[in-house]
Formats: sequence, C-alpha cells, structure tokens
Amino acid sequence: MEFPFFELDFAGNRLLIAVVAILHVMINHPLAVGGALFIAMMERRGIRLGDRQWDQAAYRLLLFCFIITTSLGALTGVGIWLSAALVNPGAIGSLLRVFFWAWFAEWLVFITEVLLIIAYVETWKRWDGPRKAAHLRLGYALAAFSWITMALITAILGFMMEPGAWQASHRLVDGILNPLYLPQLAFRTCLAMAMAGAMGLVGSWWLSERGSAFRQDLVRFSCRWMALWSLPLAAASAWYLAVVPPVMLERAPTALGTMRGEGAYPAILTAIAVLLGASAYVALSGWRWPRALPRWSYALPFLALLVLLAAFERTREFVRKPWVIAGYMYANGIRAEDYPLYQAEGLLKHHPFASVRAITDANRLQAGQEVYQIACATCHTTAPGGVNSVHARFEAMLGQGPWRSAAVGQIIASMHGSRAYMPEFPGIPAERRALAEWLVAQHAIHRPGAAAPATTTPSPAAAATAAGTER
Amino acid sequence: MADPIIPVANDLPLALPLPAPVLSILLVLLFALHIVFVNLMLGGTLLALAFELLGLRDPRHDRLARVIAGTVTVTKSLAVVLGVGPLLLISLLYTLPFYAANRATGQVWFLIVPMTALAFLLSYWHKYAWDRLAGHKAVHLAIGGMAALLLLLVPLVFLVNVQLMMLPGRWQAVQQSGFLSGLLLDGVLARYLHFLLATLAATGLFLVWYLTRPAFDLAGELPGETRAGLRRRFYTLALVASLLQFVAGPLLLLTLPPQGLSWLMLLHIGLGAGLAAWALWWMWGEIVRADDGPEALGWRFWRIVLMLGAVVLAMATGRQLYRATILAPYQAQVAERTRAHQQLSAHYRAHPAPAAEEDPLAALPGYAAARQSCMACHAVDTRLVGPPMTEIAALYPGPEGIEAMLRYVRQPTQPRKVRDRAEYPATMPPVGPGQADDASVRAIAGFMQEAARR
Repeated sequence: MEFPFFELDFAGNRLLIAVVAILHVMINHPLAVGGALFIAMMERRGIRLGDRQWDQAAYRLLLFCFIITTSLGALTGVGIWLSAALVNPGAIGSLLRVFFWAWFAEWLVFITEVLLIIAYVETWKRWDGPRKAAHLRLGYALAAFSWITMALITAILGFMMEPGAWQASHRLVDGILNPLYLPQLAFRTCLAMAMAGAMGLVGSWWLSERGSAFRQDLVRFSCRWMALWSLPLAAASAWYLAVVPPVMLERAPTALGTMRGEGAYPAILTAIAVLLGASAYVALSGWRWPRALPRWSYALPFLALLVLLAAFERTREFVRKPWVIAGYMYANGIRAEDYPLYQAEGLLKHHPFASVRAITDANRLQAGQEVYQIACATCHTTAPGGVNSVHARFEAMLGQGPWRSAAVGQIIASMHGSRAYMPEFPGIPAERRALAEWLVAQHAIHRPGAAAPATTTPSPAAAATAAGTER
Repeated sequence: MADPIIPVANDLPLALPLPAPVLSILLVLLFALHIVFVNLMLGGTLLALAFELLGLRDPRHDRLARVIAGTVTVTKSLAVVLGVGPLLLISLLYTLPFYAANRATGQVWFLIVPMTALAFLLSYWHKYAWDRLAGHKAVHLAIGGMAALLLLLVPLVFLVNVQLMMLPGRWQAVQQSGFLSGLLLDGVLARYLHFLLATLAATGLFLVWYLTRPAFDLAGELPGETRAGLRRRFYTLALVASLLQFVAGPLLLLTLPPQGLSWLMLLHIGLGAGLAAWALWWMWGEIVRADDGPEALGWRFWRIVLMLGAVVLAMATGRQLYRATILAPYQAQVAERTRAHQQLSAHYRAHPAPAAEEDPLAALPGYAAARQSCMACHAVDTRLVGPPMTEIAALYPGPEGIEAMLRYVRQPTQPRKVRDRAEYPATMPPVGPGQADDASVRAIAGFMQEAARR
C-alpha cells in the first residue's frame, strides 16, 4: 500500500519470485549444502584408500559446484531479495525489521562460507602431503557453514507460514522458534544430502571412465549415500506434514494442480511417489550391484529429487496464502490491522500513488484499474493467456461472457469464503464496483466476441433446466 | 516548472532493530567495504582485458592479463557477498524511498541479477579457457569483453536507483518515462565517472601489492617483468586516475541537486580531498624512487593504503550526510503521515464501519456460515457462478437432502450434465473440514432449504 505500482503483466509478479527462488534452492541444496559434505567425504575416501582418482574426482566436482554456486547460486540468492522487494516491498520490509539480526548473522556466515569455498578450491593442489588433513578440515568447515546459512533462512520461511508466539510478542526469538522451524529444517537437510548423492551418481558419468573399477566404486559410494539419507528424509517428511496446519494442507491440491487441475492431485502425488520409489530402487541396486546399473538410470534420482523439491517449494509458497506473513499481512501487501480503515474509507484515498481519490462516473475505469493494481496485481495478470490471469479465473466461473459486472462484484465481495487462499477485498463497495466494471471492460477488449454490453440479465436457461436435471 | 507532487507514504509500524544513527554508521562502513571489492572486480576485469589486447603484440602482457584475471575470481565473489549487508541496511533505513526507486525502475533494476550472473559465468569461462582458446584470441577477447560490458552496466543501474531514491518528486516521472530518463537525473553520470576513476585507482593500488609482494612467484608467473617496473606502472595508474578525481569530484558536486548540500558534508568532502592529495604525494614519491634495492613493499605502501582508506571513509560519510539532508523533509512528512495513519487505523479497528448492505435473510440460522463459504458463487434465486439456492434446495429436499449436500460439498462432481457445461463452466471446489466442519455445512444446508422457501 505504500509503494509505486509495479506489475509484470503476462508473466506475473509471482512467477518472477518463483523462478528465482526455485532456481536458487535447486542449486543451493544439492551443490552447496549437501555437496560440501559429499565432496569432503570423497576427499576423505581418497585419503583413506590412498587413491588419487578419488581426490581428482572430488576436485573436479568441487570446481563445478564452485563455479555454479558462486555465480548462479549467489546471484539467485540476492535475486530473491530484489524480486521479493519489487513484488511485495511491504512484506520484505516488515520481515527485515523482525529478522534483521537473523539476516545479519546469516550474512556473516555467508561471508565465511564464501571465504571457505574459495580457500577449499584454491588450496586443493597446494595443501598436499602433510597438509592434506588440514585441507580436509576446511571441507568439513565449509559443509558446516553451508548448512548454517540454510538453517537461519529456514526460520524466516517457517515464520511466514506460522508466526507462532510472535503475533503477540513481536520478539525475534519467538519469530525464529516458530512451530514449523525444526521439521522444515530437518526435511531440507535430509533432502539436500540425498540430492548431493544423486548429483554424485549423475556426476560419475563424467568423473570416471566407463567400465572402470573406479566408476563402480563411485556409483556404489553415491548410491549408498542416497539410500542411507533417504530413511531420515522419509521420517522428516512425515514430521513436517504432521505439523503443517490442516487448513494449509487443504490448499495443497490447488497448489500442485492449479485450480483447473485440482482433481489431478492424487495422480500428481502418485507420479511423485513412483519417481521417488524408482529412485530408491536405483539407490539400493546401485549400492548392491553397481556394475549392473544401467547408465541412463544415473540421472533418475537427481531429476526425481528436483521434482520433489520444486513441488515442495511451490506448495509451501502457495499454501500460506492468503497471507504473505500469516495473520499479519496479506499477499496483497496490506496489513490485516489496516483492513477496517480501508474498508471504511477506501484504498484510493489512502494510497500515495493513486491518481484517483474519489470515484466519479468520469474516472470510474481509471479507478478500477488502480484498485486492481493495489489489491490484485501482486498475484494476478490481465494479459490474455497471462499467468494466473484474472480473466481466466472469471471465465472458469462465469463462462466466456459477456459478464455482468454485478456478478463479478459479488464474487469479489465474498470469494475469500469459498476460496480460502484469496484475501478479503480490502476496499469500499464503490471501489469493488469500479474494479468489477474495469475487469468486465478489459475482458471485453481481450475477447472481442464477448464485447456485448455488460448489463444483460442472467440467462433464464439455468432456472429452466433446473428442476428435472440429475447429476 | 512547477514542483512535482511528492507522494508521501506511511512507514511500516514495526520498530527498527537498532537506532537509525547506528544503522547509518554501519551502512557507511559496510558500504565502503563492499564498494572496494566492486572496484577491484570491475578494475581487474577491465585491466585484464586491456592487457590481453596489448598482449596480441607482446606475450608478456598476455601473461600479466591472465594473472589479473585470476584475481577477479576472488574479488567478484567478495563483492557480491559483501553487498548483502549494505543492501540489508539501506532497505531498513530507507524502506520507503529505496523500494520506491526500485519499483520505479522495475524491470531494469531486476536485470542486474541475470546480468551479474552471466558476467560471472563469462569471467569463469574467460579464465579457465585461456589455454584452450589461445588460438582463437578474438573469441577469447569477446568473452572477456562481454563480461566487462555487463559489469560496467550493473553499477550504472545501482547508481540510478540510489540517486533516484533521494528525489521523491521524480519517482513517478522516471517510472513513466523509463529507466533511461533516470540516467539523466542530476548527478548520475558524474557519479558514474567518479566511480570508474575510483575503480582504476583502487585496482592499480591493489596490483602494486599483489604483484610485488614476496609470496608472488614473479619469475615463474611473469618472466621478463621486474618488481620495480610493475610497481611504477600500477602506482602511475592509481596516481593518474586519482588526479582526474580532482576534476570529476567538483563536477559531481556541481551537478548534484543543491538541496542536499550542507557545511558538514562539504567539510567531509574537503577533508577527503586533502587526505587524497597527501596520499598522491606519497605515491609520486614511490614512482620516482630511484633505489630498487629492497623489494618488499613495507610501510611506504601501507601508509598510502591507510590514507586512501581514510579518504574513502570521509567521502562515504559525506555522501551519507548528503542523503540524510536531502531526504530529511521527506522523512519528516512520512513520520507525520505515519502517526496520523496509525491513529486512524486504530480508530477503525475499535469502531469498524457497519456493513453497507443489510440482507433480509441475515436473521436465519446458518446465514453467516453460508455467507462465508457459499455466497461468492450461489445467490438465492439468480444464477451466479453456480446454480441458485432455490434450484439446489429443489434437488436436495428434506433431512436426507442435508446429508446428501454434506457428501456433495466434500467431494463435488462435474457439472450435472454435459450440456450444462456452457452454462456452468466451473466444477465446485471441495469444501474441506478445515474450512467448514460437518456441523456448519449442515447448518448451511438448512439455511439453503429455508431461504428457498421464502
């Protein structure tokens, strides 16, 4: 409510954050958090066996992780900041005030992590012989700090879903110790570790000679790692599911299937389960019979875990709706405590960047557009075919049109009741009517076939066919 | 030209984690640290490119270019990671103006993320493909050139943002006319020139240390070069770039909007310039020093670094004072409006406005739950999204109808008949027990039957 309008019509503001954030965890979990420990254990195995092949493979894998995490990984991390601040500056600004010390501590840990990975890479060739043990300790330290950065940021993600005691106390420590924190951290830790093993398995394609004894050894090492981490991963998933508020779980079908595909939820869950089951099979058989494992299956666990991670992040981001900070601020960036004010006096009157203050017949459409910018554009688009387009949403309910603006207005007035992920409309009735008229007018522009006047009476067909029909 | 209307917003109702002056001091210190590494990253990239070009004639320069490119791997990682702290602080201290400027430059502002990521990948490629592309120098130079170009653009976007945030009256104009108009804001281009010169000076000084320190294997890495020669060359670069600051600095002072000037700020800038002149004198001494005997850098180098560090702090403080002065009137308006907003908001929380429209059915039991869960799609006797309640009640009469409705809403099926799809394109979303428990669904069902009777 306090910032200039911003929208990416077509792609949508949400997609910007989603792409950046999911890319970030897809890089960060396997390559940094899990990868650091995995690579250190590869180095350790090389030392134990006195086998240079292990050392070389570990170094090459590290170089790959280093290049990706310090470019795409680091920048998508900063990108989450920039995109979230663009899309919902009020939310990120509030989180920053609550979690400043957590973020500041995370920053110090992050600097340490970067220094450690540079040192780990740069000293690999030089710290050999008597200094090799010290070099391995650098690897362990890197693994520890990579994990701590994730541990700190997870507190903030859990807070956004369930602030717990913070709502009453506004204290940092209550914000961090929100009820979702430990289960989510356990889940992410085990997932990151399993993913690192999966990365090792894919990596053996390029880190080892086909048919060599070392290839077998590397495949067995990665598969055993994956298999052993998948047990705590299953336990942590169950723990996490047990603490997510049930009303959020009810939104999961929409999160994964979108509104249109809610019905496909069981099929999506089955598909994920099949992928994970196949990955577990690959892990177990690779552990037992590494030579027999077909090469194409090396990539399967990594892809399956990427799918699981993306589905998890998408669901986590979706099910916290209608809130951006549960109980405190809605996804549209308006604080719950300000709703009575705006519902009494109006959004436009209080928005510093609105050009319309009082709605008249002459400015009604402009007013409707500005109300849309304030109340809807954080999540929706109006471009034809755009991501989460309002037109598609209303077409799904009202048909191709022409729509009646009264019907659109009535849906807006009470949609939060039946669509639990929608916030209540934050403005006054006049603003709601202006918004409805603007949406109907926009729809008519995008759908020239539906450009008839927007005030026709409802079709009598509904009532006529009503009585004798059966389901 | 009339003054533009300044959009005054209300601030977030959460306290800052530290007093604002403490945050300002932290911002100055951490930003100075960040910008030094940004300078080294950009300067290293530019100088590596320049020496690689010179290296087309003389392979000695190509080897030097390669050594310089190697430093960018470290400096660029530190530049990014050290930028997060100042970003936190500026977002805290200047939440409204900073985020407003970000939104006003929207898409271009966000482009710094993919641009920097791409620049980093290119610079890795440039570094690790040096030998492989030795026979294709044009390609190799193009990779380095592309990285340099991207890294030259990123600071420009940042500069537009930090300049724009100080000018609330220009936010809407820049948002409407696009990012390029932000480049023409007073002071932006002069600040950019100032930054580029600082980049060359800082990198020159850094290379004096890096290339002539005892731990550096000069004979192995750069055969044919001498420590004295490298020292002179990079001191000269730092000296010339710093001398040019005595032109760029006053130019910047003259083009900045004067509302932010203050005697205290000018005192800091003047102090910085004085200390810089002193450091330049020492640098000159190092360039003309005849004896090349002791090759260690020693105190002569570190006193220059310390002095220039003091210059950076003085200038950064002056810059923060400028920002505080120019934003003070705006911040005062924001504080005033925030107070008023919070009072008004508290008033309406205590006395919410009554609902505008009274519904005659409101007295029936189950109304509130029906309004909450159903009325977005079902009206009493007109078709909205779903069928009217009269039609539903006709389908589900009596007590068994109530149980049937409960079963239906938990797991709704497709529209009742295929030919109804045009009329009812949506399938009803399931109502979970978290949204309405069995008792309240039964109450709603009873309400529908009752409402249909009236």
